[in-house]
Amino acid sequence: MSRAVQQIPKDQFDRLHGAYNQALSSKNRMTAIGLFILLLLLASSFVGSEVDVHKFLRNIWRFPNYFYEITPKLSIQNFFGDVAEWFWGINKWLRQLGETLLIAYVGTITGVIIAFCLSFLSSRNMAISKWSQIFTRRLLEFLRTVPEIVFALIFVVSFGLGPLPGVLALTFHTAGALGKLFSEIIENIDAKPVEGIRASGGSWFHQVRYGAVPQVISNFTSYSLLRFEINVRGAAVMGFVGAGGIGQTLIEYIRKFYYSDVSAVLILIIATVMIIDTVTEKIRHAFIGTLER
Amino acid sequence: MTTHRIFGEALAGRDIAARHPQFFQGVLKNNKTSFAIFTAAALIYLFGWYSVGVSFDRLMGGFSKFGWIIGLMLPPNPGSLHLAWVFFHGLIETLSMAFLGTFVAACLAFPLGLLAAKNIVSNSVIHLLVRRFLDTIRGIDTLIWALIWIGVVGLGPFAGVLAIITSDLGAFGKLFSEAFEAVDSKPVEGVKASGGSKLHALRFGMLPQVIPVIAGQVLYYFESNTRSATIIGIVGAGGIGLYLTETIRTLEWQQTSFIIILVLITVSLIDWLSGKLRLTIIGNQAR
Repeated sequence: MSRAVQQIPKDQFDRLHGAYNQALSSKNRMTAIGLFILLLLLASSFVGSEVDVHKFLRNIWRFPNYFYEITPKLSIQNFFGDVAEWFWGINKWLRQLGETLLIAYVGTITGVIIAFCLSFLSSRNMAISKWSQIFTRRLLEFLRTVPEIVFALIFVVSFGLGPLPGVLALTFHTAGALGKLFSEIIENIDAKPVEGIRASGGSWFHQVRYGAVPQVISNFTSYSLLRFEINVRGAAVMGFVGAGGIGQTLIEYIRKFYYSDVSAVLILIIATVMIIDTVTEKIRHAFIGTLER
Repeated sequence: MTTHRIFGEALAGRDIAARHPQFFQGVLKNNKTSFAIFTAAALIYLFGWYSVGVSFDRLMGGFSKFGWIIGLMLPPNPGSLHLAWVFFHGLIETLSMAFLGTFVAACLAFPLGLLAAKNIVSNSVIHLLVRRFLDTIRGIDTLIWALIWIGVVGLGPFAGVLAIITSDLGAFGKLFSEAFEAVDSKPVEGVKASGGSKLHALRFGMLPQVIPVIAGQVLYYFESNTRSATIIGIVGAGGIGLYLTETIRTLEWQQTSFIIILVLITVSLIDWLSGKLRLTIIGNQAR
């Protein structure tokens, strides 16, 4: 009588089974080591950031309470009057929101222009020389890593209070962040058009203008619009360090516990951010549509 | 002879331009709307510069002062060994805040991401509510959350951790739900077809697909949180930002540059490390 399923010889089975177990246990060992390191890091960061569960549990009621406090007391009898009182400073706040948007807009565009110029110099395939590439790379890295608020703090000292340091801080940071993304896009382009122009005698400028730019412009636009969204959020808190916009008013209200004003300004900021997000997304889709015809 | 004629006609220019007008139309020159939009954008840009009070003198004066400050920053010097130790301690605090904040936010955002994913929770009311909730959280900057949490647990790094958790919750919830929505439905259907429950489908059909995506995003956010944790101290929520602000306000420029360089080194170290880790995780899962 023969078996329906043929079995492999015992010694071969043992060998394979052993190898399987070994592979499994080595994988399990790696997972265990990873988990151990993770727990170790968690425990040390628990201590390092002075987490106090007791204090947290004792004071957590303040968190919902804060939102209760900043909710305006609206009555049904005098609804519109109450809303008008809640948004008493609407003209001033809208003007400051406008300033915030302008800071973000001017900062983004100036940053995009700088990033555009530097990205070609720092990309591997379009750089003029080795040294320009190394230098611009280091510069972009520096601009990218220093947070915009730190630039704003230093610029407030050198330019004085107001929106100008905010614009310059956003410009610097945007140039760094976008410069890297742009140069990565440039490194991924198809080399054939560039070579074609070089072969027919085009200069470096011609190669960039007619070989590279048409390939990258739609990606550049999309990234720039995304950056604008990020910069609107950034510009909203520039005022915390005195660099213009609505942040100055917001931090003043939070620090002085003007509860209903805090909620009014926060609602305005959130609404603006949401509107800007939707609009830029629409523009991005429309723009990509026209460019990729 | 014939070839010459064909190419000659094709290269005559006018013919090609007449046949394929869309390729020869400049984006700006021949299109009135594009031109109008471009002009408007440029005008707003110029108005923006004007309204922030820019002038040649102010720019020159500001940048020369900036250059002077850069000069004062060199060489970076912590002042004393004790201060160097204090700054280092602040850096440790910053890293702890970023790590703990990202980790807890990811754990909390996971169920929220499930709720916000269209293919898991088909109830559109829950879906919409969770989405709006996440959007609102995301609309508020980390620094503002830090200010609110300082009112709850007091000054210090703990408020920073909570601020990072709250603001990342919004971002993670959205990213995770997108990751869930992008999964291939075949493994899920396969698990269901062979008699698995909904939980089995989630565990064996979905999770293997989303874990590498989520792990990559969490690591990326850890990098970016390290940067934001350095500035969260500006409003008093712990970390090295507190010392950074203080040294700038007291015009101790050599200490400022020391802190900035410390931060730069740490951030690039973290970037490098998490880049390696991300590659390992994604590489392992792709096999």
